Parts: sequence; structure tokens; C-alpha cells
Amino acid sequence: MSPTYYLVLAAILFTIGAVGVLVRRNAIVVFMCIELMLNSVNLSLVTFSRINGSLDGQIMAFFVMVVAAAEAVVGLAIIMSIYRTRRSASVDDANLLKY
Amino acid sequence: MTGTVVLAADAVTGGEVVAFWILGPIALAGSIGMVLSRNAIHSALWLVLTMMCLGAFYFIQQAPFLGAVQIIVYTGAIMILFLFVLMLVGRDYSDSIVETLRGQRVAAIVLGVGFAGVIGGLIGNATAGVESAGLAEANAEGGNVTEIARLLFTDYLLAFELTSALLITAAVGAMILAHIEREPGSRLGQKEQAIARVKGPRPQTLPGPGVFARGDSVAQPALLPDGSIAEDSRATGLDMRESPAIAAGTIDRGEDITVDSGANRDGVTNR
Repeated sequence: MSPTYYLVLAAILFTIGAVGVLVRRNAIVVFMCIELMLNSVNLSLVTFSRINGSLDGQIMAFFVMVVAAAEAVVGLAIIMSIYRTRRSASVDDANLLKY
Repeated sequence: MTGTVVLAADAVTGGEVVAFWILGPIALAGSIGMVLSRNAIHSALWLVLTMMCLGAFYFIQQAPFLGAVQIIVYTGAIMILFLFVLMLVGRDYSDSIVETLRGQRVAAIVLGVGFAGVIGGLIGNATAGVESAGLAEANAEGGNVTEIARLLFTDYLLAFELTSALLITAAVGAMILAHIEREPGSRLGQKEQAIARVKGPRPQTLPGPGVFARGDSVAQPALLPDGSIAEDSRATGLDMRESPAIAAGTIDRGEDITVDSGANRDGVTNR
């Protein structure tokens, strides 16, 4: 068995996250799916770091985590303010930009 | 050191295989459960499970620093933040079943399966015979944390400094977005609130739910002396549970007292 299995697992997790973004209507769950996609990319980065024998992949995964934390904070604040004005956390209700 | 020796040093050995085949399905189950569960809080808990498994994978793959950061930052901080926001948003956290675009879910699932097949097959084929170099050498001097720190403060110093700008921007942005603008002086102080309450129609506190009823659940409304329900005691955001006898008003107070002594609770316990 080679570390390839980790990469395949990461690909499947990424796909599940992407499908979740497309399927779910709740903005917070959509956000969680994005976190899952970032996590799966992290897994593949760590695996590549191991395959290549250098720590650069782990550094990149670390930066992905930093960006994910900042993104989660801002995104959740946006969801909160949308909820305050529209009384709903569904992505279908935030449609004012359409018109 | 020859390539075969390196490969032998980093072959995925017995214990790791077992760990992978145990934790991998758990991670998959967590992610699928996250997408499928209707309740957003259940989704968050499923995602925590997946993230824990990924943290274990990092530990297994010679990345102990990232494994610790994964568990502390992701499951410990970010997911708690999600749960906080879910609790703030409140009852709206369950998903709507209405499909805005016809056939969108089916199309998304079909495309997802296809995408997983294509990308998984591609990665599997492209990296099937790859020889893993392993991190034993890279982690040798000073260990994983020391090496990551050295890289972070030498080769990746610029990116690291930009990260601080990103984080401060995110913190300020979140504060601005979550802030509610109020006119100065528009907020009532304790004194004004007390005066308004005494002058208002109800100076006393609201009756607590379940106080004079037959159960102590918060979902049971309080009863007035005549046996009717005190409307003010209904908790908001809860489906009140009333026993049929109380709702019909057929129970007199004497019967109430005998039941409250615990002799016969049939028919009046919480549904």
C-alpha cells in the first residue's frame, strides 16, 4: 500500500464537500462543506509532503488553515448580518442582488 | 542511502494500513452524514468527526504539528464558532426541502459521483507506483516543529507576515459586520427599565412554566388557580406539551394535589 490511498480519500472528501455546497440550502451548512473541501486539500498536501520528503507541503497546509480560519470568521459574520436583516439563513432568501 | 532503502523506511506498514482502513471510512461517514443530516447542528458534529480523523491522519503521516493544529484550531475553535453561530441563528437552522431549481440535487449528485470517479481514478493512476520519500530525513534535525518553524521564518517569511495582515483584517471585518449600530443614549439603563416596569401593566415577573402544573418541564405551561393555562408562562420557541386533562380543564385542584404526591402519574406525565 502506498500513500496514494490518502490522495484518493482526499479526492472523495473534496467531492462530497462540493456536492454538499450544491445540494444544501442552509448557508452555514454550505460553509461547513467549504471547510470540508479545504480540509481534504490539506490532507492531500500533507500526503504530497510525505511523498516528496520535504516539509513545504506541510507549510502550505498550515497557510490553508490560517486562511480557512480568517474565512470562517468573516463568512460567519456575513451570515449573521444577513440573518439579522432577512431573518433567514437560507441561501435562497439572499437574492436581492438579482434584481 | 539508496532509493529502495528510503522506500522501505517509508512503506505504509501494517499498523498504518489498519489505521487507514478504520479512520478512512469513519471520515467518509462523517462527511456524508454532514451533507445528509437535516439539522445543521448534527452536520457540525459530523464534520467534527471527520476533522478528528484527518488530524489522526496528519499524526500518522509524520506531521504532528499539523495534527495538533488541526484538532486545536479546527475542531476546537472553528467548529465551536460554527456552533455558536448556529445557536445565535436559532430555530432556522434546519434546511428547507423545497427545490429551487428542478432536478438540481440529482444533477449535483450525479456530477459529484462522476467527478469523484474521474479525479480519484486520475490520482490513483498518476501516483500508483510512486515511491514515497518519507519525512524521516526532513524531520531529523530538531523534529517536525523545529523544522516547520525554521521554514516559516526563513523561506516563507513574507507569506507569514502577510498572514498577520490577513488575520487582523478578518478580525476587524468580523467586528464591523457583527456590530449593531445604536444611537447613543437609546439603550435603557437599569433605572429606566425598572421605572418602565413598575409603570407598566405587569410589575411582577412572568409565571415560570411548569410551576403550578403537574410536571416540572419547561415545556409545560403554568396553571392558574382555576385550572386554566397561564398564557404568559408559555416558553417561546417550544412546542408546549399539555396533558389532555389539563387542556380540557376537567381536573380540579384537589385531584391535582394527590397526583403531585406521585401516587398515580398515568395520563399526566409528559408525552
